Amino acid sequence: MKIKVLGPGCPNCKVLEANTKKALEELKIKADMEKVTDIAKIMEYGIMSTPALVIDEKVVSYGRVLSPNEIKKFLR
Amino acid sequence: MDLFYPIQIFANWLVYSLFNLQQGSVIGGAINFFIYDSIKIFILLAVIIFAVSYIRTYLAPEKVKKILSKKFEIFGNMTASTVGIFTPFCSCSAVPLFIGFIESGVPLGITFSYLIAAPLINEVAAVLLWGLFGWKIALLYIASGWIISVIAGFILGKMHLEKYVEDYVYKIKIKQDLKLEKKTQKERVKDAYDEVKSIIKKVFPYVLIGIAIGAFIHGYAPENLLTQIAGKGNWLAVPIAVLIGVPLYSNAAGVIPIVSSLIEKGLPLGTALAFMMAVVALSLPEIIILRKVLKTKLLIIYVAIVTAGIIFTGYLFNWIL
Repeated sequence: MKIKVLGPGCPNCKVLEANTKKALEELKIKADMEKVTDIAKIMEYGIMSTPALVIDEKVVSYGRVLSPNEIKKFLR
Repeated sequence: MDLFYPIQIFANWLVYSLFNLQQGSVIGGAINFFIYDSIKIFILLAVIIFAVSYIRTYLAPEKVKKILSKKFEIFGNMTASTVGIFTPFCSCSAVPLFIGFIESGVPLGITFSYLIAAPLINEVAAVLLWGLFGWKIALLYIASGWIISVIAGFILGKMHLEKYVEDYVYKIKIKQDLKLEKKTQKERVKDAYDEVKSIIKKVFPYVLIGIAIGAFIHGYAPENLLTQIAGKGNWLAVPIAVLIGVPLYSNAAGVIPIVSSLIEKGLPLGTALAFMMAVVALSLPEIIILRKVLKTKLLIIYVAIVTAGIIFTGYLFNWIL
């Protein structure tokens, strides 16, 4: 599984990154996690509000900071 | 009947009965003013932010760009400015918004109408104006902000400045079509509720400090303090007020209550309105961040047109009111 957190480095993006890590740990899933901060790359996903969560190249959420429990739903 | 009358009764009871301060005393008046204004403004903030945030759940920028890419000329500017009223704005979202609009074919002028209206018409500012000056002034602020953003965007669009957008912006291509999130009513209400909590948490110290300083000025500063230096006779007052307003962005919530007291002391309303608009619309962090997508020349034109619009509004209201 490949996970990307998209965000230019605002405080919310960091919270989403931490929550994603927590969700992965709690579910004991091993995944590649990448943080995308380059605005040109972020825009390729068609979103306009950050942070966004991308799982296997699919945008599952944007413009919201998901809680670890919300992230788990996408990981299962 | 005044909707806020019960709050006045409560403030009177608290100050004159519970705290046992003398009615008509300066200190009693100032504290009464502080308590009444604080309660009124926080009630208004909660109600208005909830309503605006709820409407906003229907206006995600990813959806808005699809609507705006089909509109042209002045109607596009009007739609963009109207949507901008309901949009929150932080400098970190300016760049993704700008690129997303341009990429999906929204004309540059229409993009600017949206980018100007979003920070210029700020719901916290509107609430404070309503609470402290009455709904007419709040409406005047929203209407003039809307007109400035429509006209400024229209002019920018007519100037054909596309070549002054950074080149990489045009090279970005979206790889996948985003599936728009469908929200349930429950999710929309929850989003709106979360937004109320987060905004009130963010602005409440500024609002309280602003109201406290305002109450102090209300009680202690001499009448006509500003009539001489910043009255209608001084033509430079409006541009100077705008220049002072630009760096004060983060404290918009605290600035308005102070300004409201200064109006009592002789600051003309147009000058005050121009000052408050400069506080919310033009901020240094936003200008710096927009440099990422706009070449310097376009950035200067953008700031100049918005500034001119605000100064013009200031003169206009000084003249008609």
